[in-house]
Amino acid sequence: MTDTPLLRVSDLCVSFRTPDGVVRAVDSVSFDVHAGETVGIVGESGSGKSVTANALMRLNFGAQVSTTGSILLDGVDLGSLSEEEMRLRRGRDIAMVFQDPLSALNPFYSVGDQVAEAYRVHHPKARRPEVRDVVVESLGRVGIPEPIKRMQSFPHEFSGGMRQRIVIAMALVNSPRLLIADEPTTALDVTVQAQILELIQRIQQESGTAVLLITHDLGVIAETTERVIVMYGGRVVEEASVESVFEQPTHPYTLGLLGSVRSLDLAGRGSLRAIPGSPPSLIHLPTGCAFRPRCRFELGEGSPCGTTVPTLSVAGHSRSACHLDVTERERLIAGVDG
Amino acid sequence: MLYFILRRAVFAVVLLLAVSLCTYVLFSALPSDPAALTCGKNCTTEVIERNRVRLGYDKPILEQYGLFMEGIVKGRTYGPGEAAVHCPAPALGYSFKRHQCVTALISRSLPVTISVSVGAFVLWMLLGVGLGVLAALKRGRWQDRVATGFSVIGISLPTFFVALLAVLIFTVWWPVLDFPSYTGILANPWKWAKALVLPWSTLAVVSASTYVRMTRNGVIEVMSEEFVRLGLAKGVRRPVLIVKYVLRAALVPIVTIAGLDFAALLGGAVITESVFNLPGVGKLAIEAVVDSDLPVLVATTLVAAAFIVLANAVVDVCYGFLDPRVREG
Amino acid sequence: MTDAIIEAIDLVKHFPTGKSPLLHRPTALVRAVDGVSFTLERGRTLGIVGESGCGKSTLGRLLGRLIEPTSGRVLLGGEDVTAATRSDLRRLRPRIQYVFQDPYSCLNPRHSVAESIATPMRIHRLYDRSTEQEKVRELMKRVGLNPEHINRFPHEFSGGQRQRIGVARALALSPEVIVADEPVSALDVSVQAQILNLLEELQASLGLSYVFIAHDLGVVRHIADDVAVMYLGKVVETGTAADVYERASHPYTRALLSAIPVANPRTGRGRQRTVLTGDVPSPLNPPSGCRFRTRCPRAQDHCAVEEPALVDRGQGHPVACHFPEDDILLGGDPVVARPIR
Repeated sequence: MTDTPLLRVSDLCVSFRTPDGVVRAVDSVSFDVHAGETVGIVGESGSGKSVTANALMRLNFGAQVSTTGSILLDGVDLGSLSEEEMRLRRGRDIAMVFQDPLSALNPFYSVGDQVAEAYRVHHPKARRPEVRDVVVESLGRVGIPEPIKRMQSFPHEFSGGMRQRIVIAMALVNSPRLLIADEPTTALDVTVQAQILELIQRIQQESGTAVLLITHDLGVIAETTERVIVMYGGRVVEEASVESVFEQPTHPYTLGLLGSVRSLDLAGRGSLRAIPGSPPSLIHLPTGCAFRPRCRFELGEGSPCGTTVPTLSVAGHSRSACHLDVTERERLIAGVDG
Repeated sequence: MLYFILRRAVFAVVLLLAVSLCTYVLFSALPSDPAALTCGKNCTTEVIERNRVRLGYDKPILEQYGLFMEGIVKGRTYGPGEAAVHCPAPALGYSFKRHQCVTALISRSLPVTISVSVGAFVLWMLLGVGLGVLAALKRGRWQDRVATGFSVIGISLPTFFVALLAVLIFTVWWPVLDFPSYTGILANPWKWAKALVLPWSTLAVVSASTYVRMTRNGVIEVMSEEFVRLGLAKGVRRPVLIVKYVLRAALVPIVTIAGLDFAALLGGAVITESVFNLPGVGKLAIEAVVDSDLPVLVATTLVAAAFIVLANAVVDVCYGFLDPRVREG
Repeated sequence: MTDAIIEAIDLVKHFPTGKSPLLHRPTALVRAVDGVSFTLERGRTLGIVGESGCGKSTLGRLLGRLIEPTSGRVLLGGEDVTAATRSDLRRLRPRIQYVFQDPYSCLNPRHSVAESIATPMRIHRLYDRSTEQEKVRELMKRVGLNPEHINRFPHEFSGGQRQRIGVARALALSPEVIVADEPVSALDVSVQAQILNLLEELQASLGLSYVFIAHDLGVVRHIADDVAVMYLGKVVETGTAADVYERASHPYTRALLSAIPVANPRTGRGRQRTVLTGDVPSPLNPPSGCRFRTRCPRAQDHCAVEEPALVDRGQGHPVACHFPEDDILLGGDPVVARPIR
């Protein structure tokens, strides 16, 4: 692992002006991804994880969007690039896989045409036979049977799992340095999900691409990522290695999340450990810590929980954003688990 | 795919037959006596009865219909002896008011209607779709507001008003153009086009407005689709994205509707032709209403209906070509 | 003596589809549910799991006769629902109610909470207006909603709260059975647990029986007493939750269990799993014999010839497989399946 990270995000803020008010979708988010690493971003609805992913590729645009902060890819600030310079990087240095493979593919063109387009955009001088070979090889690599025959088929002629493979093929055809997978398996059946995750891991090992995996499924995070970033209410609340997050969480939200998922596995009935309330609306975020209304460890009236947004600080093996004293937190969290 | 086309063709024929029957029966149900309408002021009962026999109005309805349909295929002779008149196939009737075979009347006016329709269609599609796309891409900005405003005005103004206004402005107040008249395209293409500019523009303004809205809405909707975002994420250039992704998807429903609208126009742009005094099928139909010239009315109705049925079938088949998801394996 | 509240007997539902070239007649049948039988005892929860296209949602709708079966019967407390006349059905319907998946599309956005919950009561003319309002408030409290929000509209609530409204509506007619079709799938993880807790609490206090349809095996494992695993319109394995999760012997169940990602980085990674190859075959043309054989790592020639019946073959619970797995799953992490040699 080199010292300079492949991707360095610092103080990223994305807000949208809507008729109902300003939505602070992403607030002061910072994290790194190193070459070849698999990093996971986990969060629920409204956590800002998808907006963050889109911001990395500058896919959020329009008069209502405001993006600040820096996104350094290989040392280059993506925010400073012109639209044309950014366009050249999309699909070549940094690529994305979306959630719903049915709506992600253009229904009017064959899959072969679409994979070819992904290649041609960044290799405009490539000749037909070369492109054709690339397409066949790509499709074969992701496990599409009979690629030569099937490259002329249209997206609606494939199953969900196959379509997602095609989307992955398109994303990897130019060997990008970073692959962003935004909920790549959420819309798929669990047996197909296993196939796709295995595919992503295999390809990643073969080509050394760094993967930023965004999901709400903790099981997927546990099995495929090395480092985890937990987001809530548009902010990063915890960041650590995957083992640390699962074995020694240092943020009450992470703890709650793990609790509700783990208690499913406990034999016998009994109440599941739920987090009361719901994820916050990004227009009316609570003052201070976004998680405060649902936090069982809240320090109470007059404490900074209600007035100041906590910043990420070291706590054991992770970094988390919580006002509670670190040792106090460890004690409380250990008490819950026991 | 072949099966699909075949099926649509068969269906279209069946529909046409049904339409012709309905039309014929409908007109026969009119309270007035068709035979009495064949002559003008100098009618005597004798003439009426004679015409009744000549035109076959004395026979039962279905037999009349049968003869009518037969006439389309074989041509028809009206009346016995030397007073007989023969209309070659496809015989759509005989107009006593004008003393001509209806088919001849229609075949003379059809080129005019076609000229008007085709020109107007091209203009309104370019204008409507073009403005619609502009409005969608510049959503919320002044281009959008102007385009939408224009479309609202266009939809609200009745055709005859726009037509009369056009005539007033361009031939009276600011006489850059002559009052429209029709010259065959083959005779003098330049004169043909110049004469039709006003009718084309009138129809274009009125019809384009609907398309501006439809296109705008369609494009906006497609732009928010996932596959467009993925195209962007692949690094596809903006112009290519707009044409290959957005327009390709948004225009499919619009093109099909346009096909149907065009067919309706072919049936006779009645108001436009009347105002501009163009001898097309529409004008023919209006005159027939005024004159109570039944055979002409029946024929023009049928021709208009035929265009629509045909257009429906064509559009259905085209949809399969345009949208791969609809194709049957 | 068992107290069966629901009995499904050989339920079949085929949907005609496809078009013949000239006449548009259906040429094929989607065999959504192809011979399913089960019994649900009063007060218990039956979990029905399977992936998309297995027919579990169709099965759910058949139980309350929301769609007509092609053949087969459903008995509700001994009474035949499928053969019921209109008036009988009207009497039977309040006994079996539904909760659906999407809290955003299940509530009429123009109806206030009061109207949504009261509508079933009004249809069955249960109460007069003042009692009705009282009952609605009671139900809201029961499901954990603030009764003062009775006149608010769905868009003013969160997903979890809307699902609670759906549950309250299902309870309005005091049913005996609730069929819940993916009731928590559309909710955030932190909220899912709340709704599951609510459902369990209601079952305990009201003596409800549940048919719980889901694709999330973890959730089903928690809430179900008995489980039926479906594949392409048929039940391939059934038994108590412990039977299915700890002693699964159908290769499909095993594969399904092993495919679930485990929320534990140390045991989750590098564990052996069976990853199924290929896609689910089309329900238009299911494979002959055993439907799972095209993806089954244990398939033999015989599997294509004879369809295996759902019977106990020595595992202690019914399995529809000619060559079920014999080895017992290891203890420790019961959700992990052993490798198939």
